[in-house]
Amino acid sequence: MFKTATTTIAILLTGSTAMAQTEISWWHGMGGRNGEVINEISQKFNEAQSECRLTPVSRGTYEEALSSGIAAFRSGEQPNILQVFDAGAATIIAAKGATIAAEDLITAAGETFDRDAFIAGVRNFYADSEGKFIGMPFNSSAPILYYNTEAFEKAGVTAPKTWEDFEKIAPALKEAGYLPLTASQLTWMMVENFKSRNNQQFATNNNGYDAVGGTELIVNDENQVMMFEKLKEWADNGLFGFYGAGWADNLKPFEQGESAMWIGSSGSFGGLQQSADFDFSAVYMPYWDAIKGAGTQSFIGGAALFAMSGKPEEENTCTARFFTFLTSPETQVFYHKATGYVPITEAAYELAKSQGYYEEKPVAEVGIQQLMLQGGDWSKGYRMGFYPQIRTVMEREFNRIFSGEVSVKDAFQIIEDEGNQLLARFAKTAG
Amino acid sequence: MTDTTIRPVAADRALLSRLRAWYSAETPNPAKRVQFNRPFTPWLFLLPQLAVVVIFFYWPSVQAVTSSFYIEDPFGFGATFVGMENYTDAVSSSQYAGTAFFTAFFCVVVTALSLGIGLLLAVKADKVIRGAATYKTLLISVYAIAPPVAGLIGMMFFDMHIGPLTDIAAFFGHDLRVGIDYWDTVFAVTIISVWKQIPYNFIFFLSGLQSVPVSVREAALIDAKSGWRRFMDVTLPLLAPTAFFLLVINITYAMFDTFPIFDVVVKDKPANNPITLVYKVYLDGFKGNDIGGSSAQSVILMVVVAALTVLQFRFLERRVHYG
Repeated sequence: MFKTATTTIAILLTGSTAMAQTEISWWHGMGGRNGEVINEISQKFNEAQSECRLTPVSRGTYEEALSSGIAAFRSGEQPNILQVFDAGAATIIAAKGATIAAEDLITAAGETFDRDAFIAGVRNFYADSEGKFIGMPFNSSAPILYYNTEAFEKAGVTAPKTWEDFEKIAPALKEAGYLPLTASQLTWMMVENFKSRNNQQFATNNNGYDAVGGTELIVNDENQVMMFEKLKEWADNGLFGFYGAGWADNLKPFEQGESAMWIGSSGSFGGLQQSADFDFSAVYMPYWDAIKGAGTQSFIGGAALFAMSGKPEEENTCTARFFTFLTSPETQVFYHKATGYVPITEAAYELAKSQGYYEEKPVAEVGIQQLMLQGGDWSKGYRMGFYPQIRTVMEREFNRIFSGEVSVKDAFQIIEDEGNQLLARFAKTAG
Repeated sequence: MTDTTIRPVAADRALLSRLRAWYSAETPNPAKRVQFNRPFTPWLFLLPQLAVVVIFFYWPSVQAVTSSFYIEDPFGFGATFVGMENYTDAVSSSQYAGTAFFTAFFCVVVTALSLGIGLLLAVKADKVIRGAATYKTLLISVYAIAPPVAGLIGMMFFDMHIGPLTDIAAFFGHDLRVGIDYWDTVFAVTIISVWKQIPYNFIFFLSGLQSVPVSVREAALIDAKSGWRRFMDVTLPLLAPTAFFLLVINITYAMFDTFPIFDVVVKDKPANNPITLVYKVYLDGFKGNDIGGSSAQSVILMVVVAALTVLQFRFLERRVHYG
């Protein structure tokens, strides 16, 4: 009896304190350990202040989070914050009026915003062509090359810096009994980041940043075709393993110690530490020495947070506060260590360094250093609508390339044609 | 002149008395028909079902038809009327024809195999005397597995790196690569889909078989010695209503309900793997956020299914004899 009474009082009390707080919601597309870390961050934010209360909600995968965010927006039930992945960025940024630019939101709340505080590779991807931050970069990653140190010792080789190096060491690794290389998500690795690492134009209209209408894909060029002709040749000679479009299927041979190298996300580091029972290290993703001006920084992968419009001012203020909290060095370093995603501000990187984190775990530094490499004209990012579907077209054609159904040149012609049709359709939705 | 004025009055009276009789539920033979004593009562009973149909079927259908004529910004800021462009874009895309062909092929194969194997097992199970209950329970239990789980179990067997079926195929000299090789994936989804559907067909065929009167069976036994002929001439025609029902259900299953199996097998990255038309609607609409294009495709699908159903009922059902 007494117990029930106290519980009731407790509920009433928490109810009333919650009333005084401003509730904001955050929809995201992260699962597993990364999903738990999001809950931990929200809890930290809720404990750090008393005016705002943030509730994170998992909406499945990245794609599912975006579609449910869209559906919710259409019925006026949108969350305050929506996490949108790299390929979906154009969709949400083109819908002017769906979001409030992160920069405007933060300054409107009376807080300061400094673009230059962010590391170079993060600055442009979710910004408009003038460099104004539309989305708030959140979990950012870079594609890096992981390698099995034991395999490299056995074969007596060192990690490759360029693809030319790879061609030199791969036969030795094969001889030592390993499949030299596998790579997950070739769309991200071998097209998008082939473009960034080798400083190659990806689309007209300044990689799509300048305008939605008239943007066309540039993939059927000499260098892009060469990259895939090489991959196909390596696959035929047993130097590269292709296991379809699934991320995990291409990772598994590396985890099982069958392949000596794997190109994956810097964000995979946390998981690999648990799943791989051998010593591994990592280096930058290779580029072609033969391509002039290559060796530039890579695009950031991962996702950003967007503040949805149509919310009351006090909620927007809370969202702005959360964004500021998120970019604080302490939060960034916590997130960096817990997940393997890179710290997005210079201050956070310095803090992690001063704590001696990279002496302990050098692999964790590779991604961020790659994002801080020298930038080129074409390494800032790309902005293309219906891009998830363009990726689907690429994935389809890549399977056909490796099964020998289509030549590389023809496949990229198809990708370019169908991709341009999709871009033209997208221009109509925005127009 | 007089004629014309009197007749309607008489007719009115007759109608009025009929209405009154109907309203007050005075029936000449109350035992024969169920009558409601209030005219609204039947509507009241119908209302929940009608509401479900209207809210979950008619309303979305109307929405789908409307948005199929627009190219729309996903967030709903603007829509451009494009007439038939979504339809022509969808049908003329290189992938659409392939997907449509695969869907038809998949429907035929899955329906034929799951009906055939279901029937065979039912006929055999009908004859089992010892341990019949165990045998039947084992066959039926698979039906309790949800399609996504069936897909997951299937993919454990077909996994490229650790799947036992991949090892068996390798033993016979075939490099089974589900998820990369088109026809290997076709093989895997077909096996999983058929496996999942057999118990359903089995249950219906078995109960159909058990309702064939013993006297008819015995009469047939005198007329024909061959078990196959008895089956073809007597049992199968008596099973026809069940078989027709199952045919309709199985085609719908292959076209729509296999969705979760595909989703698991292609690991939400279809690449060049086979997918059904309904999966493509989902991909374009929910992952690609192309609402107009996806709506146009779902309208096409709706028309095809409607046409198919009409065909089935007009041409096949005529040959079905309901006992």
